[in-house]
Amino acid sequence: MLAGRNGRRRVVFAADRAARKAGLVVGMPVAKAQVLLPGLSVMDARPDEDRAALERLALWLQQRVTPIVALNGMDGLILDTTGADHLLGGEAVMLRDIVRRLEGAGISARAAVADTLGAAYAVTRTTSGAAIVVPPGEHAAALADMPVAALRLPAETVIGLADLGLTRIRDIETAPRAPLVQRFGAEITRRLDQAYGRVDEPILPIRPADPVAVSRNFAEPIAAAETIARYIGKLVPPLCASLEERGLGARRLDLLLHRVDSAVQAVRVALARPVRDPKHLLRLLSEQIEIIEPGFGIERMDLVAVLAEPMERRQQVSSLIEEPEADLSGLIDMLANRLGDGALYRVAPVESDVPERSVQRVPPLAPVTDAAWPEGWPRPTRLLPRPEPIETMAMLPDHPPVFFVWRGIRRKVKCADGRERVFGEWWKGDTELTAARDYFQVEDTSGERFWIYRAGDGEHGETGSQRWFLHGLFA
Amino acid sequence: MTAEPHKKPGLETLRAAISRLEGHTSRKRATLPFGVRDIDRKLPGGGLTLGTLHEVAGGGNDALNAAAAARFAAGIAARTKGQVLWIVTVADLFAPALQQAGLAASRVLFVEAGTDRDVLACFEEGLRHPGLGAVVAEVGRLTMTASRRLQLAAESGGGIGLALRRWRRQTDAADFGQPTASTTRWRVSLLPSASLPVAGVGDSRWLLELIRTRSGESADFEVEARHGQSKLRLAGASDRPATDTADHVDLAASMGDRPTSPRAGRRRASA
Repeated sequence: MLAGRNGRRRVVFAADRAARKAGLVVGMPVAKAQVLLPGLSVMDARPDEDRAALERLALWLQQRVTPIVALNGMDGLILDTTGADHLLGGEAVMLRDIVRRLEGAGISARAAVADTLGAAYAVTRTTSGAAIVVPPGEHAAALADMPVAALRLPAETVIGLADLGLTRIRDIETAPRAPLVQRFGAEITRRLDQAYGRVDEPILPIRPADPVAVSRNFAEPIAAAETIARYIGKLVPPLCASLEERGLGARRLDLLLHRVDSAVQAVRVALARPVRDPKHLLRLLSEQIEIIEPGFGIERMDLVAVLAEPMERRQQVSSLIEEPEADLSGLIDMLANRLGDGALYRVAPVESDVPERSVQRVPPLAPVTDAAWPEGWPRPTRLLPRPEPIETMAMLPDHPPVFFVWRGIRRKVKCADGRERVFGEWWKGDTELTAARDYFQVEDTSGERFWIYRAGDGEHGETGSQRWFLHGLFA
Repeated sequence: MTAEPHKKPGLETLRAAISRLEGHTSRKRATLPFGVRDIDRKLPGGGLTLGTLHEVAGGGNDALNAAAAARFAAGIAARTKGQVLWIVTVADLFAPALQQAGLAASRVLFVEAGTDRDVLACFEEGLRHPGLGAVVAEVGRLTMTASRRLQLAAESGGGIGLALRRWRRQTDAADFGQPTASTTRWRVSLLPSASLPVAGVGDSRWLLELIRTRSGESADFEVEARHGQSKLRLAGASDRPATDTADHVDLAASMGDRPTSPRAGRRRASA
C-alpha cells in the first residue's frame, strides 16, 4: 500500500490486489486502513517518480506503437493509433501485444480501443478485460450501460448525480441538459460530448527529451497535396543534416501535422536500417501523403526522428571482381510501410525432419547464412497449410495406397516413391515420443503428383492413428 | 552450325524498325536462355528477354494450385543473377522445393500481400528496383492496363518479371485468354512421367506451351524437370536408347551444355 498526504490527512494513494480484497479503497485514511489490516506495509507515495516512470513508458510506446502518446492523469496513457494499427497486425493484435509486453515488464495494464478518447477511457476503467476493442461506430452502445464515474467527472459530481438517482451514462444522456448544467456546471456535458465524439478533444503528445527534429510554421494554412509534398521536401534535408551531425540514422520517422482545428495528424515511417539519405526518406514520406487529411489546413509541420540509431559503417565492395550486392533496404522499407511489418520475410532452414517445422520466417535483412535443407528426398512445391485427410486403400505395413480420394476426386496411383519415415521429435512433448509418419510421393494416372503420408508406421497403434493425409503438391 | 538459317537481314531491320515504332529503347535487350536449344530457338533473341514481363500459368487442375508453374518460374528465377522477390497471396510455397529447383533460400525475399491490388502494387515496385534479378508475383486477374504498367516498370528496372497466374476458381482461369502486354505467355501442364525400369517415380514431365510470344511463333515442348536443377531438358532426350539412369544424366547434361555454335557462347556471356 502506498500512502500520501491529501491536505492534512494521510490517505491511501494506491493499494495492491491483496489489500483491495481486504477492503481497502483509495482515499481511505491510513489509520483506518491499518486498523482493517494489521501488519499492513505502508510506503510513502512518490508522485514525482511515478510521473517520470509513466513518461518513460510513454516514450517507449511512442517509439514502438504510435507517434501520438499523451499522459492521462497519474495512471493512464492515451495513444492515438489512427493509421498505426495496420502496421502492427490490426487493433486487437496490437492491444494484446502491448498488454503482453507490459506484463513482461511487470506492469499490469488494461487497454481499450474505441472511436473516442472518452469511450476508451470509460472501457478501461470499468470493464475487467485486459484488451478490448470497441468496433467503430459502436462506442455509443458500449457507453450507455457504464457507470457515470467512467466519464472523468469530479468525485462530488458523481456523488451528486447518484443522489438524484442518475448512475448510468444512459441516464444523464437522456436527461434534459439545462437543469444538469445549472446544477453541476458545464463540465458534465463537455465530458459527455467528448465521450460520444460530438466534441473534439485535442491530445497533447509528449516529446522525447532531445529529439532530432525540425519543424516549420505556416503563416497561411496549407492543404494541397503538392504543397505538403514541397514542404516535406524542405524539412527532410535539415533533418538529415542534423542526423549526420550526431552520427545517427533514423529508424522511425514521424511527421506530425498540426491542423488549424488543433487536431494533430501523424504519419509514421519505419525503416529496416538506420537511414539518413534524404532521397530515400523523402520517397517514403511522399508515399504517405495520400493518407493525410488536411481538413481546414495545416499550420505547422514537425518532422521527428523518434528512434535514431548509430549508422553502421560497412565496407562497400570487398573485391574488385565481384559485383556489389544490390541494396534492397529501400525497397524493403517501401513494401513494409505499405503492407505492414510481418508481410516481408525470408525463409531459413531449421534442422527438423518434420516438414512444416523445417522452415522458419526470418526478417528480410537478417544475416544470410549458408544453411540449406538436406538434399535427397524431393519436396513438394506447395505445402498445404494443414494436411487434409484422404480415403485410401493400401497394403500394410509399408506399401503406398492403390488409390485415394481427395476433395471428392478418386485418383488411381500409377507409381509411388517411398516410404520416407519421419519420427516425432520426442524432445518437444510426450505426444511425439512414439509418433511417426510415412511419406510417399505418388503419381496418379494423369501425371499429377502428391505428397501423402500415413500417421503411424502401419504396425504399431502407438505411433499414430494409421490414417492417411495429403500434405503437399509436387510439380 | 555457325550460320543461322532463320536469320534474314531484311527481316531483322524490319523488326528493329517496328520495335522503334513501339517505343522501345533502341538498345537490344539481353536475354536469359533456357539452355535447351529447341526452346531458345523459338524465342526472339534466343531466350526470355530481361526487363520485360512474362506470364506463366498451370494447365488443368494446376491452374488453381500453380505447383508446376511455380517450379517453372523458380527455375527461370534461379538462372538470373541477384535477389529474387516472390510475392504471394497464400503462403503455401514450400521453400525446400525452391531450393531443389535451384533457387536457394538466401536469394528469395517473400512478400505476403493480402489482395490482388496489393500484389500488383508490390510487383510494380519490385520491377522498378534495379537490384533484383527476378520478380515473381502470384496474381489472378491481370488486365491490359495493369500488365502494361508492369511492363513499363520492368523496362525501367531491368529485371525479369514473372506473373505467375493463379486463380481461386477453375472458371476464373478463362481469364488467361484475355490479351495482356506480356512478352511471352507460357502454360505448364503435367504429363504422366516416363515409366522407370524399377519401381518409383521418374522425373516430372510437363507439356510446356508457349502460347504467345511477341515477334515469334507459338510452340509446345515436352520437357522434364530434374530433381535439384533449374535447367529443363526435352523429354525426347531421355527416349534415346539408353539402359541405365546414369547414362540419362550424361545425355541430358550434354544436351543442356552443348557448346555447339558461337552464338550459344555469346548468349551465355550475355545472360
